[in-house]
Amino acid sequence: MNSGAIRAGWTRGFVELRQSFTNGADLFSHFLWPGLMLAGLFYFREDAFGSSGFALSTLALPSILGMNVALGMVSMSQQLTGEREDGTLLRAKALPDGMRAYLIGKIISVSGTLLADLAVFLIPAMLIVDGLAVGSLGSWLTLGWVLVLGMVAALPIGAVLGSVFATARAQGLLILPILGLIAISGIFYPLTSLPEWLQWTAQIFPIYWLGLGMRSALLPDSAVAVEIGESWRHLETVGVLGVWAVLGLILAPIVLRRMARRESGSRVAERREKALQRMG
Amino acid sequence: MRPTRDDVVLDVDGLRMRYGARDVLHDVTFQARHGEVLALLGPNGAGKTTTIEILEGFRLRSAGRIRVLGADPAQAGEPWRARVGVVLQSWRDHGKWRVRELLAHFGSFYAAYSTDLVRRPWDTDELIAAVGLTEHAGKKVRTLSGGQRRRLDVAIGIVGRPELLFLDEPTAALDPQARHDFHDLVRGLADHDETTILLTTHDLAEAEKLAHRIVILNGGRIVADGTASELARRIVGQDEVRWVRDGQRHTRSTPDSTAFVYELFQRHGTAIRELEVHRASLEQTYLTLVRQAESTPYGASAREPEEALR
Repeated sequence: MNSGAIRAGWTRGFVELRQSFTNGADLFSHFLWPGLMLAGLFYFREDAFGSSGFALSTLALPSILGMNVALGMVSMSQQLTGEREDGTLLRAKALPDGMRAYLIGKIISVSGTLLADLAVFLIPAMLIVDGLAVGSLGSWLTLGWVLVLGMVAALPIGAVLGSVFATARAQGLLILPILGLIAISGIFYPLTSLPEWLQWTAQIFPIYWLGLGMRSALLPDSAVAVEIGESWRHLETVGVLGVWAVLGLILAPIVLRRMARRESGSRVAERREKALQRMG
Repeated sequence: MRPTRDDVVLDVDGLRMRYGARDVLHDVTFQARHGEVLALLGPNGAGKTTTIEILEGFRLRSAGRIRVLGADPAQAGEPWRARVGVVLQSWRDHGKWRVRELLAHFGSFYAAYSTDLVRRPWDTDELIAAVGLTEHAGKKVRTLSGGQRRRLDVAIGIVGRPELLFLDEPTAALDPQARHDFHDLVRGLADHDETTILLTTHDLAEAEKLAHRIVILNGGRIVADGTASELARRIVGQDEVRWVRDGQRHTRSTPDSTAFVYELFQRHGTAIRELEVHRASLEQTYLTLVRQAESTPYGASAREPEEALR
């Protein structure tokens, strides 16, 4: 890979980030979801979970953080499908080293957006929610590695999903199974209160482990009592997220190359026709 | 080494394309030389887009030998890509980018491929001026009008100073003024920068205006190849002569209208009135071709006009 592609990809990523935080529609979506979730946390701040002595909102805050990292998968996938549909990808293909720069740019803009969105949520949330263990360096180090590993697990899989769907409309259906997974992944309610077969299903996917990892970082040690086996299970977290990361990193280049090979002017024109018909 | 007008830039030999059991390109063979503007002319469905996309390296062919700037586009690498320009039709892509910002960004990809002979990329502001977008350089792409967007598409296609430029139906959906400006732009590229250009169009007038040479594609076969005047001489059939004598209207078709009219006057002298000579135009021939292509089912259409015209 030549340095030009890396530099161009870098520029691209930061230009897209800047664009995303300087226009009304995007800003609205950056603040809408964190805002809604903060409102939820605030509303439930008094409710305790069972006899654990922990407020539901205290347990939910790190879990939501983990869930948001996992949702980076969805935004990666949406952007790839959308930009293949509208011809952005074909433009990249027509440039020398364009696809490499495109991917570098996309990784930067999606992960940058993700980090910014996490901060938008986490900073005010820490003021609303009591009982977090955020005073020690260890907490933030744990948060750091869970975050990085989580993104490496989520984004390549998102890219794979993004190249599988033919249109942005079909891609929209992806959100349904994801919502289902969120419901059973112990984000808004601890996993131990679910039937065992659902617990096993949830533990296949990254959302649960990202939530668990974040709870291990931000909750006091005594909160571990709520978890499966009363353990933070860091080894298992690294294992499962690691498997997803490796899977994604192996599959993504293969699937992306196949997707890029099939792009041409007439394919983009076909999709444009279809989209215009839908609008008209 | 500086390229000369004799260098073959585009060499297509026996190109075939098959989708399933259906052949959409049969034995397509043509060449383009350095600095030449070549129009691939034909009705919709003739195989123009398929051909150009194979040459761009965006589609894999079924058979045939192809050399584009000395390489097979199906296997060529990034340095080859840097020498080729493709004008794509924008839609919603890069809508949030500003014109100057986008062109500077795309230009930066070519800097690594600059040579002593071809300095890459094109200076952003000069390029913006060359396509007439100076007033709109600070605008976001999504706020541009259709005509302005097309100019931007061309600018993106040439920002790397390509040696070979591909244009697929470049003026479809342009109003007459925008089309006129676009033609000037393309001619300028060919004249001043010695860019070899391959464009597809279904509009004969456009092909005649822009191209040094026209290749007519019909039903996936090449049915004619030459300059506009060569084609007119070679493929055109008969002129039509009309006149009135003794209040009687006459019409006659003839391959040599001049000789026919001379003979007509020798025989009847001043009795001939209201003489009209209609030279068979390339346009008529082309329209006949298109009508044949549209009235006959796919695949079966190709043979007849090919034999009739060669």
